[in-house]
Amino acid sequence: MSGYAGLLAALVLAPLLPGVINRTKSFFAGRRGPPLLQPYFDLAKLLRKGAVYSTTTTWLFRAGPVVGLAAMLVAAALAPFGGVSAPLAFAGDFLFFAGLLGVARFATMLAALDTGSSFEGMGASREAQFAALAEPAFLLGLTAVAWKTGGLSLSGMLGTTSFATWSGAAAPLALVCVSLLVVFLAENARIPVDDPNTHLELTMIHEVMVLDHGGPDLALIQYAAALKLWVLGSLVVGIALPVRSLAHGWAFAASVAGMLALCVVVGVVESCLARLRLTRVPQLLLGAGVLSLLALFIGLK
Amino acid sequence: MMPIANGGRISLREVPQLPVERFREEIVAAVGRGGRLCAFFGRPAGDGTLLLALLSSGETSGLAAVSARVGDAYPALTPDCPQAHWFEREIHESCGVTPEGHPWLKPVRFPRGDVGTADFYRVEGPEIHEVAVGPVHAGIIEPGHFRFQCHGERVLHLEISLGYQHRGVERGLVGGPDRRTMPYLETLAGDTSIGHASAGALVIEALAGLPAPPRADALRGVALELERLANHTGDLGALAGDIGFLPTAAFCGRLRGDFLNLTATLCGSRFGRGLVRPGGVLFDLDPARADDMKARLADTLRDVTAATGLLWETATVLSRFEETGIVTPAACAELGLVGPPARACGLERDVRYEQPCGIYRFRQIPVSTWPTGDVLARANVRALEIQRSAEFVDALIGALPEGPLRAPTGALAPDSLAVALVEGWRGEICHAAVTDDRGRFAAYRIVDPSCHNWTALALAMRGQEISDFPLCNKSFNLSYCGHDL
Repeated sequence: MSGYAGLLAALVLAPLLPGVINRTKSFFAGRRGPPLLQPYFDLAKLLRKGAVYSTTTTWLFRAGPVVGLAAMLVAAALAPFGGVSAPLAFAGDFLFFAGLLGVARFATMLAALDTGSSFEGMGASREAQFAALAEPAFLLGLTAVAWKTGGLSLSGMLGTTSFATWSGAAAPLALVCVSLLVVFLAENARIPVDDPNTHLELTMIHEVMVLDHGGPDLALIQYAAALKLWVLGSLVVGIALPVRSLAHGWAFAASVAGMLALCVVVGVVESCLARLRLTRVPQLLLGAGVLSLLALFIGLK
Repeated sequence: MMPIANGGRISLREVPQLPVERFREEIVAAVGRGGRLCAFFGRPAGDGTLLLALLSSGETSGLAAVSARVGDAYPALTPDCPQAHWFEREIHESCGVTPEGHPWLKPVRFPRGDVGTADFYRVEGPEIHEVAVGPVHAGIIEPGHFRFQCHGERVLHLEISLGYQHRGVERGLVGGPDRRTMPYLETLAGDTSIGHASAGALVIEALAGLPAPPRADALRGVALELERLANHTGDLGALAGDIGFLPTAAFCGRLRGDFLNLTATLCGSRFGRGLVRPGGVLFDLDPARADDMKARLADTLRDVTAATGLLWETATVLSRFEETGIVTPAACAELGLVGPPARACGLERDVRYEQPCGIYRFRQIPVSTWPTGDVLARANVRALEIQRSAEFVDALIGALPEGPLRAPTGALAPDSLAVALVEGWRGEICHAAVTDDRGRFAAYRIVDPSCHNWTALALAMRGQEISDFPLCNKSFNLSYCGHDL
């Protein structure tokens, strides 16, 4: 099975993940919840609609969703899945990966600032602040994994975790898993950092930056968000699951199951935690950074 | 000053008419002694305006009325008595009288149109930015405009501009009471139908001199407490929803409906419309339905206690509620706050306790207070009141007084003033009516608790994170339409 199977899985299955999270939350709230495939229906609906553009916006506003999705597609091609190398693996690609996340964010923030809305400006400011704290946690965590596994590409680091790696370096790998899980929640605008379901503009972070987008643009944004959920999730699952010890087909199936389980975890977290006060979010992200650093130190020893 | 009981009536001639300086001194002195302005309004008299103030004294039960005749202007009370600020702005816009020295004489309801078009307080500086929210909001809520002056995420000042739902309820009531009167009162704030209808019925009964029979008083009490139960439950759920705390938000939404259904069992309307009428109530509660209600009340209360109990057990919830949106006891006393926000500052301010009327003369409800003045305190006061109100309803429907449901109402006394205070779920509801020489309403004034409390929300936001505004707003949950009338 080649790395293209993982990429294909990302492209096709990504919108399923928000559906799983929503169903988990509905279960805890005592509701039946929307269909698992609702995100696909939403994308199909949005793609059929027209878009409305404010006369105060420029090309930056229209470029935001396109650049955001393009960056995520490349990122998806970098992330290994199911124990095989990604189609675009090269040494040091994890730095490029972090850069792609940054490019997507930059495009979204520019589009938000381009509207001139005070809400979107606040959202962009929050996004920049929190991303600046999430990035070190992410990079330090991956550095620790690179040190332990000896790989310099994402494929080398994540595709190779086996029972042997885990038994040799359980402590740093577990710390990185927790740290990356926090980064995963923050980057994907989930509770406890952001609330994807709120309608309150003053409290939003990610959602508020895309308020003025509609129709196909919003579809691109939602698809890119689902891809981001998949790609970052696959990193957490890639470290946590010792897939190298499994046969290829089983590794792939285990990874897909791991992704779905991760979404259930997110749903459970969202069902029993309240959102943090915005001033507390940096503490959480710094904590994740400290965990990554600790993993690196333990690993260096 | 002329004393007047809650649910009482005096002749207009008995209301002392003082020179405006004496009028001012009397009110400032009474408020200084712990009294509070319940209502303060103007009405045309000859070529001038008659100002009429209704005060509740902090010392004794009952109210006091005092009046003064003024021309185009008079020295404002607000500099010496801040709780008059809203009333004086209202007098300025509706009577054209200028309270001289009022620091911020903006319209409150914009009755002449161009709602919201006025200067806003501005903070100047290179890093200051202004955020305008509303009047059209993202959620299904009422229209209101909020203007924040911010430094980064921190709010320096919030100004609230309302009036978008001004529809002339008070003007529409003049000439009554007639067949429209009670439906107007029941819908002036849709979530407080029983509260406002009860106050209106008390005013009409006071003017007619024929009180409602005891069984009707008791049923009104049941309905009023059910209204409180439903709204407090909904508020606690909404507070949880604003911070993304799923379990309480999900369950309280349903449980609020269960309480509304209890009201529907009583009178056929989930919001209690058509229950309260002058002279009594229109629906009786037979023993079979009373037993059914008791059982369902116990079930619902058990679920509400469990669902809201999660709030106090979850650390992330407490960290959002604690020390968010603090109103100091000093600000509370100065602004004359009412209802849960006042009790959340540790004040025992509750009409049911201070100015009991109707069933509350015979059955007392302990006043629920919390000392800290923050969102946690306002949530806790609601949770405590849910317990007290449920006990009250449970005891009362098991022991309803016998007798008729409705007393005949007669003609209203001419040239009189009547006033009624009711502790609605939001706080003190004040209705005051003045009759003409034929015994029709010459003026009808409604003071929803929101009129007192909106400014407290603005104060609570000072120095807070702007992202905490929705949470603070929900912890007050004030009425827009009840304010705009």
